[in-house]
Amino acid sequence: MFKYQIVIPSFILILWLFVAILGDFLPLEPNYIILSNILQPPSFSEWLGYDDLGRPILDRLILGARTSFFVALWVILVSSTIGVLIGTVSAWLGGYVDLIIVRIMDVFLAFPGILLAIALSGILGPGIENVVFALSVVGWVGFARLARAQTLSLKHREHVIAAIALGASTPRILRHHVIPLLMSPLLIEATFGIAGIVIAEAGLSFLGLGVQPPTASWGSMIRDGTGYMLVAPHTVLAPGLALLLVVLSVNMLGDKLRDKMDVKSR
Amino acid sequence: MPFFIISRILSTLTVVFGVVTLIFLLIHLVPGDPVQAMLGETATPTDLEALRKALGLDQPLLTQWWNYMTNLLQGDLGTSLYSKEPIIDILIERFPATLELAAAGLLVAILIALPLGSIAALRKDSIYDNSAMMFSLLGVSIPNFWLGPLLILLFSLTLGWFPVSGRENLLSLVLPAITLGTALSAILARMIRSTLLEVLNEDYIRTARAKGLRESAVVIHHALRNASLPIITILGLQLGTLLGGAVITEIIFAWPGIGQMTIESIQRRDYPVVQACILLISLSYVLVNTFTDILYGWLDPRVRYSV
Repeated sequence: MFKYQIVIPSFILILWLFVAILGDFLPLEPNYIILSNILQPPSFSEWLGYDDLGRPILDRLILGARTSFFVALWVILVSSTIGVLIGTVSAWLGGYVDLIIVRIMDVFLAFPGILLAIALSGILGPGIENVVFALSVVGWVGFARLARAQTLSLKHREHVIAAIALGASTPRILRHHVIPLLMSPLLIEATFGIAGIVIAEAGLSFLGLGVQPPTASWGSMIRDGTGYMLVAPHTVLAPGLALLLVVLSVNMLGDKLRDKMDVKSR
Repeated sequence: MPFFIISRILSTLTVVFGVVTLIFLLIHLVPGDPVQAMLGETATPTDLEALRKALGLDQPLLTQWWNYMTNLLQGDLGTSLYSKEPIIDILIERFPATLELAAAGLLVAILIALPLGSIAALRKDSIYDNSAMMFSLLGVSIPNFWLGPLLILLFSLTLGWFPVSGRENLLSLVLPAITLGTALSAILARMIRSTLLEVLNEDYIRTARAKGLRESAVVIHHALRNASLPIITILGLQLGTLLGGAVITEIIFAWPGIGQMTIESIQRRDYPVVQACILLISLSYVLVNTFTDILYGWLDPRVRYSV
């Protein structure tokens, strides 16, 4: 029981990564329109059938994996870097700087869920860069809050005080004595963050605010399919299942990681 | 208690101030000229100037901000570029539908989570517990924009039990409420389980059992009542997910609320309406959270004395 809960999600995520990275080298024809194939159900020659424009769904699914993977990667990189930087510096400096930064974080946290991302990408216009920007603006706060809370307690640890006494500079202390100790809670935050970002990217694309056609996103594939659900349910089922499997796998591994690292759930 | 309430309200006011400022700045993020973007390629220079003047975009940023703030305090959110209606009227017309959906989603979440989480805690490590936690994992992982269409496919198009979309009667509320409430029910069930597990180990539970109380009385009166505090906090925090999710749910089911208005206005480049919708949803969320905080302080004196 225990083992399957790690092996199966790991396999799915490795497949996701593999397909996302190697997608460019596979002989795919995601934008090749064959009118006679419109909404054709899955068959032996084309495993997942064709969409409303007669494009092969499997090929588009692979392209969509690329979109979600790279958006998730970039958003995690950008938001964790900015968040950790702001959070640790805020806690380290304390005083008015900390007070103001905490207030700013409160303001960002006051936007419910995906709403700020919807507003930002709605105003900036569709496009993959704007999706990354919008989701990073939403995502940094979680990292900053976590990094700040951890730094506040690390600040008074003996090894940090020793480093201060030895005359180490602040950037050096933060880089060598504080940030390395933040890694395990941050890793867990990042893992669950990936699940959220994959759903959010697909959600924005579902609303027509994400990547632009003909680039495929699982979200826009679901949206395009909903109009033909009764005659061609595979157009909605395939991208949705792909999305569910990836998010489920990330969440399952995140749970295991949290249990293993024994970090108190917030 | 009055001191606690006042300090909560003061910190809420600073957050509201920041939220309004951030939303005010949104329109300046429009790439290029926002006025050109709103009116499109065919607009004449006279039209552009007229709209720029009407929105006050020809003035210095600080003046614009001051005007935005003072107008807002007077309940003036401007007029829609698309329908020419006062925006406040649009919000008043649309908001009840969103509130109704959010309330129904919350109800669904509680109705699913309470029995699921409690029984999982009481029968820890049983098959029931494992499947409840699997459901919970599935619930947080399933995107609502996929769950919604699946429910429509099964219950509307195939079985014909519920309408596909719109807001006519109570039946048309069922599928949107399930779509919106599922994720929250999953999070809540987990919370209820872990909080109950902690409470069930307390001495007073043993005392209650030793007194010979029925198990249902122990669970309902002694365990759940004490577990309710952290659950209320989580509920308040997670309402944000619910309100954000309402935007997507409204689009799936053509539910005529604020969320649908937000997306429609984005498509029409009616930015003043977009700003107003985002503002309304965020402020509702902030208010609910402040209310939850105060309620928590009222229920648990330890919270209010630590401020």
